Amino acid sequence: MANDLTALLKGFWTTLKHAARPAVTLNYPEEKKPLAVNFRGRHRLYRHENGLERCIGCELCAGACPSQAILVEPAENDPHAPVSPGERYAQRYEINMIRCIFCGFCEEACPVDAIKLGQEYELADYDRASFVYTKEMLLEPEKYAPKRQLHLDVDQARPAYTSGGKALGELYGTYHPMGSSAPERAAGEPVSGDEALHERMATRGEDALPPGAEG
Amino acid sequence: MRSVIVIFLLLTGMAYMTWFERRVIGRLQVRLGPNRVGVGGLLQPLADALKLFFKEDIRPSRADWLLFPLAPAISLFAALAAFAVIPFGPSVNVAGVALPGAVAGLSVGLLYLLGVSSLGVYGLVLGGWASGSKYSLMGGLRAAAQVVSYELILGLALVSVALVSGTLSLGGIVDGQANRLPFVVLQPLAFVLYLVAAVAETNRAPFDLPEADTELVAGYHTEYGGMRFAMFFIAEYINVITVAALAATVFFAGWSGPVLPGPHWLFIKMLVFLFLFVWLRATLPRLRYDQLMRLCWSVLLPLALINLLATAVAVAVLG
Repeated sequence: MANDLTALLKGFWTTLKHAARPAVTLNYPEEKKPLAVNFRGRHRLYRHENGLERCIGCELCAGACPSQAILVEPAENDPHAPVSPGERYAQRYEINMIRCIFCGFCEEACPVDAIKLGQEYELADYDRASFVYTKEMLLEPEKYAPKRQLHLDVDQARPAYTSGGKALGELYGTYHPMGSSAPERAAGEPVSGDEALHERMATRGEDALPPGAEG
Repeated sequence: MRSVIVIFLLLTGMAYMTWFERRVIGRLQVRLGPNRVGVGGLLQPLADALKLFFKEDIRPSRADWLLFPLAPAISLFAALAAFAVIPFGPSVNVAGVALPGAVAGLSVGLLYLLGVSSLGVYGLVLGGWASGSKYSLMGGLRAAAQVVSYELILGLALVSVALVSGTLSLGGIVDGQANRLPFVVLQPLAFVLYLVAAVAETNRAPFDLPEADTELVAGYHTEYGGMRFAMFFIAEYINVITVAALAATVFFAGWSGPVLPGPHWLFIKMLVFLFLFVWLRATLPRLRYDQLMRLCWSVLLPLALINLLATAVAVAVLG
């Protein structure tokens, strides 16, 4: 009996104590939860600093995709006006965002780091057709990503990824979608896609977040 | 005229009781609670009312044609009528006529309140039966069993107080406490019994078995929607307010208090009890049906009888 009563009072004290804590819920559309740097949201396709697309149309992402959301139609590069540094490029690159499960396998499969999952997650829309994201939409998130949600800071955070002791930014140049004001590379030599590819092959699988890079 | 004002106040108060409850329970559960409609969510009750008004009026095909719409009206009527005897202040003389401080200053106010508030159970039982649904029926039956059982406790607790005060008039009970000890000091056990029984009477957590959303969908008002549902809902919250007001009146000297005029004191005291009801809901899980019945018949009822006997003897011996 006495035990029951103390248990009862304990319960009341517990709920009262919790009232003093700050709420764990947010005023959502105005306030948002901070996302991890490696949050898997809307995809982005990246370019090299010289403007060439990183994507070489190898279709490894499409192969890795468990929900078959990615369609890649490769084409041969015109040597005089190449779209990408390799032999081939993606003539058509589409992701069906209704099918996508945001697992990030495409990002892992990509040998040239052309595709990364960004931070935007408010992707609702009104018709199914608008969920098929084209290459252009993926290349230019400034223009096509949800307006209130574009996180350009993620591009600043990305170089913090390291590979074999070196920051990925050092290896490949800072990732930046076309048009963003990423800092110019200090070292004069532009890294070509092929060199990057070889280096990437050598250091594959060692990507890791340095401690403290979590945002 | 006064009854119109009181009904208006009750309906508004009930609406803001829902807001108060949702905000407080939100804080107790480390949430924000509704804060979107108006400043701090203050217009939320209005938005809810508007929504309920425009809901489709659905009547199940197996529902009783007369009792189905009647049941929520009975509940609401009983809830509104019960509040009539709660005194807001001392009786005043206007042009030689003594006006009581309540809508109706009955000399048997306590009796009236118990009688009318127990009429409300008809609404629940009939609503449960008339819906033609098994969940409603079970909710209605539970409501009947629970309310009838706990009415005993409620009545016995209040009779002890009536013995001490020597009157059944709520105005008289307040006068008996004004500038003296509130009855909670003289009748602590009756107060605790009253509080437990009051929570059970109003079907609120942890005694919300008639509703029991996890087992019975929504209990007796499963089949009700729109304003018919709202009437049950309003009745429940007005009952909560009435019960809080009665607790303040009978055990804490109601409107009487220093400096502030009567209604303010009543309001402050009620607010404490309303917070207690919300706090209870945030803290305790629902009782099982057999636990509920055992608590009533084998714990509370003997306690209430002993308390009544002791009070009667004390009153007879002392004065």
